[in-house]
Amino acid sequence: MIKIIDVHKNFGEHTVLKGVHLEIKKGQIVALIGGSGKGKSVLLKSVIGLLKPDSGQVLIHQQDISRLSGKKLKKIKEQLGIVFQSAALFDSLTVFENIAFPLKEKTKLSFSQIKEKVAQELANVDLKGCEEKYPAQLSGGMKKRVALARCLVMDPEAILFDEPTTGLDPIITNTIHQLIKRLQQKRNLTALIVSHEIPTIFNIVDKVAMLHEGEILSVGTPEEFIASDNPTIRRFLKGEIE
Amino acid sequence: MNIILPFQSLGKNALTFLRELGQMGLFLALNLYYMIFPPYLPSRIIKQIHFIGVKSLPIVILTGLFTGMVLTLQVYYVLVTVGAESSVGSVTALSLIRELGPVITALMVTGRAGSALTAQLGIMRISDQIDALDAMALNPHKYLIIPNLIAGIICLPLLTAIFVVVGIWGGHLVGVELTGLATGTYYGAIADSILFKDLTLCFYKSLSFGLLITWISCYKGFFAGLKSHFGAEGVSRATTEAVVLSSVVVLIWDYILTSILLFA
Repeated sequence: MIKIIDVHKNFGEHTVLKGVHLEIKKGQIVALIGGSGKGKSVLLKSVIGLLKPDSGQVLIHQQDISRLSGKKLKKIKEQLGIVFQSAALFDSLTVFENIAFPLKEKTKLSFSQIKEKVAQELANVDLKGCEEKYPAQLSGGMKKRVALARCLVMDPEAILFDEPTTGLDPIITNTIHQLIKRLQQKRNLTALIVSHEIPTIFNIVDKVAMLHEGEILSVGTPEEFIASDNPTIRRFLKGEIE
Repeated sequence: MNIILPFQSLGKNALTFLRELGQMGLFLALNLYYMIFPPYLPSRIIKQIHFIGVKSLPIVILTGLFTGMVLTLQVYYVLVTVGAESSVGSVTALSLIRELGPVITALMVTGRAGSALTAQLGIMRISDQIDALDAMALNPHKYLIIPNLIAGIICLPLLTAIFVVVGIWGGHLVGVELTGLATGTYYGAIADSILFKDLTLCFYKSLSFGLLITWISCYKGFFAGLKSHFGAEGVSRATTEAVVLSSVVVLIWDYILTSILLFA
């Protein structure tokens, strides 16, 4: 469903991505791991069209998102969702208004239908009864779940997660991981998760890709990663300094 | 080597300034282009009219009143020495309509609404809320910029008109009630001296100030924390830059427009 081919990205003289190749099939959950500041979020933003690669292709259903514009780009973006590291909830809107926002702006559903859909998605992320709260009144884990509900409400085919559990305690982290897995099984969602939660993230993903020095160093199953002989991967998994 | 350094720095700053100017121009052009196409989001425009216009009313009325009062006081004490106090109304009204009304209203709106717009957009930028809109395939310009530009263009002429009327009334309080000038003399001088040209000058000034203030404030907020200063510092810097730049541009544009329209 998502195919990243030879993507390069520079910011001024600083090279972030140096020819990234990665393929994510429909229904797969892929973890993107790697050191901090190595370009994982840049890659994620390139996949959803928020950043344009300097060269290379990001194919979503065989269409290069970096070369699309207007209605075609809009249509492709509607098939994707993203949960930002900061959750990126609209802070002047309540939880209900946040989740209802894309429905209100992009569909012709009546208010009662929107209300029903919002309630359904809040139940899916175990946040019933939080409709009237503002983002500032929520914990970090709750914000991430509301952001996930806001994505799910538009029924996307794929969701990109930018460190969905950073700064959360192990119990909440596990809850969110299980939630992602459950939703993937229920809706056949495709997911690309940028995560530092190693090895817990390995419990829910089908594949792991490691970004190192602007390139994908290795792609494999979690088991293959754990058994890897590659010294860089071994050092990274053990948290050793190079 | 050292002799070249100041020239290098000058050149670098000139290029940065020109690049920024170009980006601002593109930003405005892009928004004017998006303005043509639906959705038009009237509820957002009304919300911003309330924010920029209605909420600025108290400060505009207050400053209008005291500007009119102090202006009349100053003018009266100059004119009375040459026995021309009957022209007090005329000088007060013309000053308010041609210069003080549009300029002070614009500076007040810059301080109250322009800074708030920049801060709000800047916080949305650094907390990924603008990217979130984009990722939802919703055009952030449509939701966050265009309603402000339209609201600015609508509100500034109205606020300026209120400022001028209140200012003239403030002049009445000082000129008629305090110094004892006849009401007919005060208002008669105003009616005799104001031309339609003065009103159009006032209208064009306030209209363009409305666009300038919202354009600069939105531009600074939209790109806050993206270039050299990040996070809260980036937002703080953007807000300061928006207020300073808007105020300076208002004064420069005021001179340019006056010299074009007054002598055209």
